[in-house]
Amino acid sequence: MEEQLDLKKENTIPDPWSLPLETLDVSKAEIFQSNQHGEYFRRLRQESPVHFCQESQFGPFWSITKFNDIIAIDSDHKRFSSDTNIVIGDAQDELVTPMFIAMDEPKHGVQRKLVQPAVAPTQLSELEVLIRQRVGNILDSLPANEEFNWVELVSKEITTQMLATLFDFPFEDRHLLPYWSDVATTSETVGIEVDMNERQRVLEECLAYFSKLWHKRAAEPRKFDFISLFAHGEETKDMINDPMEFLGNLILLIVGGNDTTRNSISAGVVELNRNPKEYDKLKSDPSLIPNMVSEIIRYQTPLGHMRRTALEDVEFKGHTIRKGDKVVMWYVSGNRDEEVIENPDAFIIDRNKARHHLSFGFGIHRCMGNRVGEMQLRILWEEILKRFDRIELTGEPERVLSNFVMGYSNVPVVVHKK
Amino acid sequence: MVKVVFIEHDGNSHEVNAYTGESLMEAAVSNNVPGIDADCGGNCACATCHVFINPEWVSKVGERREMENSMLEFSENQKSNSRLACQIEISEEHEGLVVKIPESQY
Repeated sequence: MEEQLDLKKENTIPDPWSLPLETLDVSKAEIFQSNQHGEYFRRLRQESPVHFCQESQFGPFWSITKFNDIIAIDSDHKRFSSDTNIVIGDAQDELVTPMFIAMDEPKHGVQRKLVQPAVAPTQLSELEVLIRQRVGNILDSLPANEEFNWVELVSKEITTQMLATLFDFPFEDRHLLPYWSDVATTSETVGIEVDMNERQRVLEECLAYFSKLWHKRAAEPRKFDFISLFAHGEETKDMINDPMEFLGNLILLIVGGNDTTRNSISAGVVELNRNPKEYDKLKSDPSLIPNMVSEIIRYQTPLGHMRRTALEDVEFKGHTIRKGDKVVMWYVSGNRDEEVIENPDAFIIDRNKARHHLSFGFGIHRCMGNRVGEMQLRILWEEILKRFDRIELTGEPERVLSNFVMGYSNVPVVVHKK
Repeated sequence: MVKVVFIEHDGNSHEVNAYTGESLMEAAVSNNVPGIDADCGGNCACATCHVFINPEWVSKVGERREMENSMLEFSENQKSNSRLACQIEISEEHEGLVVKIPESQY
């Protein structure tokens, strides 16, 4: 199936090995949509693992493509800043929405610590029964013996319900959450042509909705949802007076809990179908689920990159990264680094050290909700195995256009009950 | 070889022989001690090898460095005797070291 897709896109995406290395530009969203980024990054890892691209639609940028180099940059937050922009493209000044993922210390730590209790392990174990019940309901309501889009009916629905819980968001309006998430990630800053003013208008609706929620939560006692934790946090209780910062943090938490897990849920079905032996392994030994969850997250790498900005000149692996340069850490490449991961292009659900992957990032900005994502995937597969003999992929999955979100818009399946 | 003891949150104890020069995290992982994830592989970058040092040992395992401090700050159950096991290098003087493993790694 992958080969058919490659043929279809052959005319538009050139073979990376045929291009001059100096001008190789991995930032084009189309490369990822057509699933051809693998060869581009293979070439960079082999021939120019710390690569400088002089010209791109995002201006000049460095690509960091090896696993250990990415850990080194990601851990070096004093020299590689997250301030304001954490994806390859810069937001226009008037559209900058401050959020703690795009801040340096000390402000980042202060805000993160305040909302973290909502997704801490203790809180999650309390939510597990509820999540399992909801996942069960979603699976029980799937149409039998007819094709449907797994992304819409399962991946999106599970993550939306989880997010609604973490925000204590009105359940009947929960579909607004993935809508706002998709609007937020459909941006020029990740290589998609879009009316940025219209995007901003929709996000302001999101802000207006959440502002009402904020005032409600502020008037009630503190509890463990994101809005309440912000509204009652000593350092964040006035955030409502800085609407762009409030909006920024909302987008961060919505996108962070949405696209990521959604696309890992979809990817699990896709990869198990492409690797039937692994599907058999899973069915004969469901105790492999937690390890498989890590392997899915590595294999898919739901967020393909994060970007830093050098705060000073840095000598790195024989290159001089100049103050102000954009440095893009391609997690999607590091997770295929053959020097760190054995047979990295293979999807192996009982892989040794499966947790050793880059998809959550490393260092102080490491994904805050990693345990939420893992829990949803684990529960989902436990409940699937109870009910279904097979989730059969019945057509070619369609990938989304972005150099940031590594995702699927359509995964056609038929489910076969036990 | 140096004998070190890991105690899980439920009291289950694991005595392992550690090599001098390796990290406490490596000693746990190579001996399959449960509850130490060590996602980043020993780079002080994920805080999933969090342990509590038994009080009598705190002064003998050295001080946290700045990055370790930053990483531990995000752990919901960190205490004054919290350390990241990847940042403790085993030496002869650690014979008999006892550490506890938290209920969950961040």
